[in-house]
Amino acid sequence: MAKSVVHDSGKKLNVREIIQEKKKTKSINNTTEKLIPKILFGIAAISVFTTIGIVLTLLTETIAFFRDVPFIDFFTGTKLKPLGENAVFGVLPLLTGTLISTGIAMLVAIPVGLMTAVFLSEYASEKTRRLLKPILEVLAGIPTIVYGFFAFTFVTPLLRSFIPGLEPTNILSPGIVMGIMIIPMVASLSEDAMSSVPNAMREGALALGATKLEVTWKVVIPAAISGIIASFVLGISRAIGETMIVAIASGSSKNFTFDVTQSMQTMTAYIVEVTGGEAAAGTTLYYSLYAVAMTLFVFTLIMNLIAQYISRRFREEY
Amino acid sequence: MTVMTDKKHTTENLSMKAGNQENAKKVVYDTKDLNLWYGEGHALKNINLAINENEVTAIIGPSGCGKSTYIKTLNRMVELVPSVKISGEILYRGRNILEKGYQVEDLRTSVGMVFQKPNPFPKSIYENIAYGPKIHGIRDKKILDEIVEKSLRGAAIWDEVKDRLNQNAYGLSGGQQQRICIARALAIEPDVILMDEPTSALDPISTLKVEELVQELKKDFSIIIVTHNMQQAARISDKTAFFLNGEVIEFAETDKIFSNPSDKRTEDYITGRFG
Repeated sequence: MAKSVVHDSGKKLNVREIIQEKKKTKSINNTTEKLIPKILFGIAAISVFTTIGIVLTLLTETIAFFRDVPFIDFFTGTKLKPLGENAVFGVLPLLTGTLISTGIAMLVAIPVGLMTAVFLSEYASEKTRRLLKPILEVLAGIPTIVYGFFAFTFVTPLLRSFIPGLEPTNILSPGIVMGIMIIPMVASLSEDAMSSVPNAMREGALALGATKLEVTWKVVIPAAISGIIASFVLGISRAIGETMIVAIASGSSKNFTFDVTQSMQTMTAYIVEVTGGEAAAGTTLYYSLYAVAMTLFVFTLIMNLIAQYISRRFREEY
Repeated sequence: MTVMTDKKHTTENLSMKAGNQENAKKVVYDTKDLNLWYGEGHALKNINLAINENEVTAIIGPSGCGKSTYIKTLNRMVELVPSVKISGEILYRGRNILEKGYQVEDLRTSVGMVFQKPNPFPKSIYENIAYGPKIHGIRDKKILDEIVEKSLRGAAIWDEVKDRLNQNAYGLSGGQQQRICIARALAIEPDVILMDEPTSALDPISTLKVEELVQELKKDFSIIIVTHNMQQAARISDKTAFFLNGEVIEFAETDKIFSNPSDKRTEDYITGRFG
C-alpha cells in the first residue's frame, strides 16, 4: 500500500505523507479550537447580562416607587387613579384584569389546542397533518394588533348580539381572542411532544387490546405530559404578557371587578397607556410603570417555576 | 371478578391437561392461503400453517423472509403499516380474524405480544402491569395488586422488582424490561403469546432467563416465537416453521427440522450455508 499520489506541491507522496504535511498547518486550527469556546461564551453571556441589567433597573426604580407609595397600599389597593391630584396607586384592578383575561384565554386555548394536538398527532393522516400544521402556524404569525382589531370590531359586536349587557369595551372579547391566538402555540408544542412519543409504546398498548382512545389518553398524553404542560405554561406566559389585544378591546377603565362583561385594564395595557401619556421622569406615575413591570415580571417568573416543578413532578421518563 | 377464576393456573391442573391432550392437541391458529402485500411488495405468499395450543412454535428464517410480518398478522398489528393488503384466512379458535367486523381489540385481548425491543410504558413497574387489566375495566385495587404480583411471578421477575414496584420501569436493565413486558402481556391472561424476536436486544444471561420462562409459560399458553437464532429455536420450541422469501418452506417437529429436514433449503439454512 505504498502507492504514491501526486501532491498539490507537485511532489510524489503517499497519502500518509500528505497527511503528515497537512498536519503542520494544523497549528492555526488549534488556536481557533481554543478561541471559539471563549467567543461563544462571550456571546452567550450577552443575554445573561442583559437580563441582569433589566432586573437591576426594574429593582432600583421599583424601590424608588415604594418610597412614595407604601408596599401594602400598592398590593392591597383596589383603587387605581394614577392621574390628577390625589393619585391613588392600588395594583389590584390591574392584577384582576390580567388574571381574568389570562384565565379566559386559557379556557379557550387549552382544550382547543390540546384536542387539535391529539387529532394531528394520533388521528390525522400524514397528508392531513402536513396540510393542517402549517396553516395552524400561520395563525401564530398574525400580528397581535390585527387580533386586537378583530376583537374590537368583530368579536365584541358578535358577542353583544347574545350577551346584551356586554359593554363596547370589555375583557371577555379580548380574552377569547387571546385564546385563539394562543391555540397554535399550545397545539403545535403539544403535538411535537406527542409525536415524539415512540411508536413502540403505542404498539405495546394496542397489543394489549387497548383502543385508540385508550392509547392516546393513558399512554401518549401521560408520556408527553411534560411537553404538554410546558406548552400550557408558555401559553399562560404569553397571555399574561399580551398587550395589544387588551389595550385595544378592553379599554382603559381601571375597574376592580370580576364581571367579565365590563372593561378592565391589564398590567401591560396600563404600561402602554402611561408610557403613551405624559409621565415625566421622577414622578410617582413614572415610577409606577416600573412597579407594575416588576409585578408582571415576578408573575411570569413564578409561572415558569411552577411549570418546571409540575413538569418535573409528572415527567414520565423514557 | 371472573378474571381470576375463569382460567385455572395451578400447576397440577395444567400438567394433567397437558398429559391428557398429548395425542390430540387442538389447533389454535389455522392459517389458510394467506397472502400479504406491502404496497407492491409481496411479503407473504400462500402461507398455510396450523399452530397447536400449549406448544411453542418457532418461526425461523433469514432477514426479510416475512417471519415478523407473519406474526404481526396474527394479532393484526401489521395493519398499522398504512399500505398493507391481506388476502386469505386466519382462523383463530375457528373464527376468521380477517373477516369484516372482527373486533381487533378483542383479538388482541386474548393474543398477547412481546416485541423485539422492550417497550415498557414510561410508568411505574406496577402501572405497567396494571395497564392492561385497567383498560379492560378492572379497578379494584386488591385484585390489581394480586394480578400484578401473579404476572410478575409468572414472568420470573417478582423477586427482582417486588421492593420497587413504584419505580419507573425504565430504570431496569434491558432484560428486566423485557420480562416486565412479558408480565404485562400475562396480566390480561391471554390465550396465545406472540413473541417477535424477544431476545434479540438482550445479553446472553437475560436471553437464557427469557428462554427458561418460555418453557415455563407453555404449560399455560400457546406461544409463537419468531427468532433469528436457530439454536434458540432448537432449544425451546416444539415445532418450527422455516420461512424463506415470504413462503413457508418447511413446517415440522423441531427435532425433525434440525436433524432431518426434508427440504434442501432448510438444511442449507440450518447448517449455516446462508442467512
